[in-house]
Amino acid sequence: MKNRYPRIIFFAALMAAATFSASAGAWTITDASGRKIEIADVSQIVTVGGAVTEIVYALGFGDRVVAADITSSYPGEVKGKPSVGYMRALSPEGVLALAPRIVLAIEGSGPPDAIEVLSRASVPLVIVPEGHDEGSVLKKIRFIAQALGVPGKGEAIAKQVAEDFAALSIMRAKIGARRSAVFVLAVGNGTPTVAGDRTSADGVFELAGVDNAIKGMNGFKPATPEATLAAAPQAVITMVERNHGLGPDVIFALPAFAGTPAAREKRLVSIPSYFLTFGPRTAHAAQKLAASIYPELSLPQLPPRPWTEAETAAKR
Amino acid sequence: MSAGDAALSVSWRRSGRTKSVIIACALLLAAAGVASLAIGPVVIAPGNVTSILWQGAFGAQAPVSSDLRDVVVVLDIRLPRTVMAALVGATLAVAGAVLQGVFRNPLADPGLVGISPGAALAAVAWIVFGGWTGGYVPALIANHALPLASFAGSLIAIVLLHRLATQDGRTSVANLLFAGIALGALANAGTGLFIFVASDQQLREFTFWTLGSLGGATWQRIGLILPFALVLVGGSFWIARALDALALGEAEAFHTGVNVERVKRIAIVIVAAGVGAAVAVSGIIGFVGLVVPHLLRLSIGPSHKSLFLGSALLGAALLTASDIFARTVASPAELPIGVVTAFIGAPFFIWLLQRHKRSFG
Repeated sequence: MKNRYPRIIFFAALMAAATFSASAGAWTITDASGRKIEIADVSQIVTVGGAVTEIVYALGFGDRVVAADITSSYPGEVKGKPSVGYMRALSPEGVLALAPRIVLAIEGSGPPDAIEVLSRASVPLVIVPEGHDEGSVLKKIRFIAQALGVPGKGEAIAKQVAEDFAALSIMRAKIGARRSAVFVLAVGNGTPTVAGDRTSADGVFELAGVDNAIKGMNGFKPATPEATLAAAPQAVITMVERNHGLGPDVIFALPAFAGTPAAREKRLVSIPSYFLTFGPRTAHAAQKLAASIYPELSLPQLPPRPWTEAETAAKR
Repeated sequence: MSAGDAALSVSWRRSGRTKSVIIACALLLAAAGVASLAIGPVVIAPGNVTSILWQGAFGAQAPVSSDLRDVVVVLDIRLPRTVMAALVGATLAVAGAVLQGVFRNPLADPGLVGISPGAALAAVAWIVFGGWTGGYVPALIANHALPLASFAGSLIAIVLLHRLATQDGRTSVANLLFAGIALGALANAGTGLFIFVASDQQLREFTFWTLGSLGGATWQRIGLILPFALVLVGGSFWIARALDALALGEAEAFHTGVNVERVKRIAIVIVAAGVGAAVAVSGIIGFVGLVVPHLLRLSIGPSHKSLFLGSALLGAALLTASDIFARTVASPAELPIGVVTAFIGAPFFIWLLQRHKRSFG
């Protein structure tokens, strides 16, 4: 009997503490690295990763972003904010010097030592799970909303994005014979570096109803020209940002592509880098890619969303 | 005169062996060339390859028997690639042999004297910042900017090297080596700086560039490297006798009537031209320039004329054979050719060292 009292007092204290912290607005989240993180203050945010930044802005926390990495270029106003450098080359001190209350970094940010140091700092570091499909986009939105303490808002955005993906899948159903394409990252000395399985490019191809012509290879690697030719891609996809060396006159002059159906039909599509960032604009990006690969289907555009129109809104 | 005669008589005694070694190298090259045309990720029957080549060579009409794809593979991909592999391999091997002759140092190679690092610095600079020049550079230059930049980089490196090592019209070989190492270190530091600001994609592009590739082989590129390769090989024969004399020492060579300074200048110019062009078309491919001349020196002795001829043939054969591996082993991905040459070259080099420990002193 005697022993009971301390236990009851202990539980009471625990509950009081829980109630107190809840009333102070603290919440916990388990991030992609499996750590349980307590978050209380989101007044100053550092974002690392293009998708993370876009989602934070979509959730209406744009004015609280104090800095972002250089892969974050949307919405345009983020480029005016201090930069913490490249997402894989973060400096712990540089990040903490901006006095963030929370750091949201996409999985894969680095270097690992910097992440290790940041995760031991007093400022919570939340690693956002990365993925290259529809489900992981929705997961990212809900996860970040939860981290910022606005799960309801995240749910609302996730619902709209899910609607966009649903509309996209209806469009995909209209595609009769799927075309194949190859994503060319760079050509270097003439051996094209292309996207294989498990890449962001492969993911957006899948969403756009396009087959990746390069099979049996993981990641971005140089592909032997003969095999590229044998894969007979019907379209070549390059990135707008790298277009200076990757125009149709260069690509289709390469032995790897000269004899492909893509060269015969001169089907070269340049996509902006955000097409490979799996964020809230991904469904719209995949629709644009599908529309340029299957022009004859005249696929309808997806409805504009606040997070896809940030650029034009800012210009106005 | 006596020095030249001594070298000559050595090569005379060895000439029987030399001849058979050279013939063996030529046969190896022929075999590698045939294999390179016949083997690839796309399976084509040898008979078809022969008929496609026949039709391609004698301007016959589009072949009836073979698939159009096979024709493209053989004539537009394998044939230029084989020719370019042979040219680049010959260039790198002869360049290595010339440098080793001039420096009288068996370890001299284009990487050591700062040529390849200079090319790499220029290449990474273009990869990282080329995008910024977007609209200002004419498309024709921008499209071939990477080869042009690396060619310029290797030329600038060698001009600087020559300036640094030359005083009062005399080029000190020791200074050349030291200046080369210093320039190489400086270029590597610059490259490191660019790597620091590069994005993942640029980094990837640069990494693969430094490992070399023959995937860009087109007749156009062969036209680009051919004159430089000819200048190098032709020039090397021209100075071969002088290098034989130089092997005995600069003073000795001078007293046998060799214009030592001129030989050094010629050697530097032809090596820069050859290596610059090779790096421009195929990136950095290591070990060919180091291993091939060594291997030949062990079997046919130090006479430079046969060394250069043998190096050209064996270098061509080695790179052609390595390239078969590079494009088939990981298909559809392509293994960088520099990885293959290093994997073949380095263990072989170690084996040679073990076997001939004494002769390397």
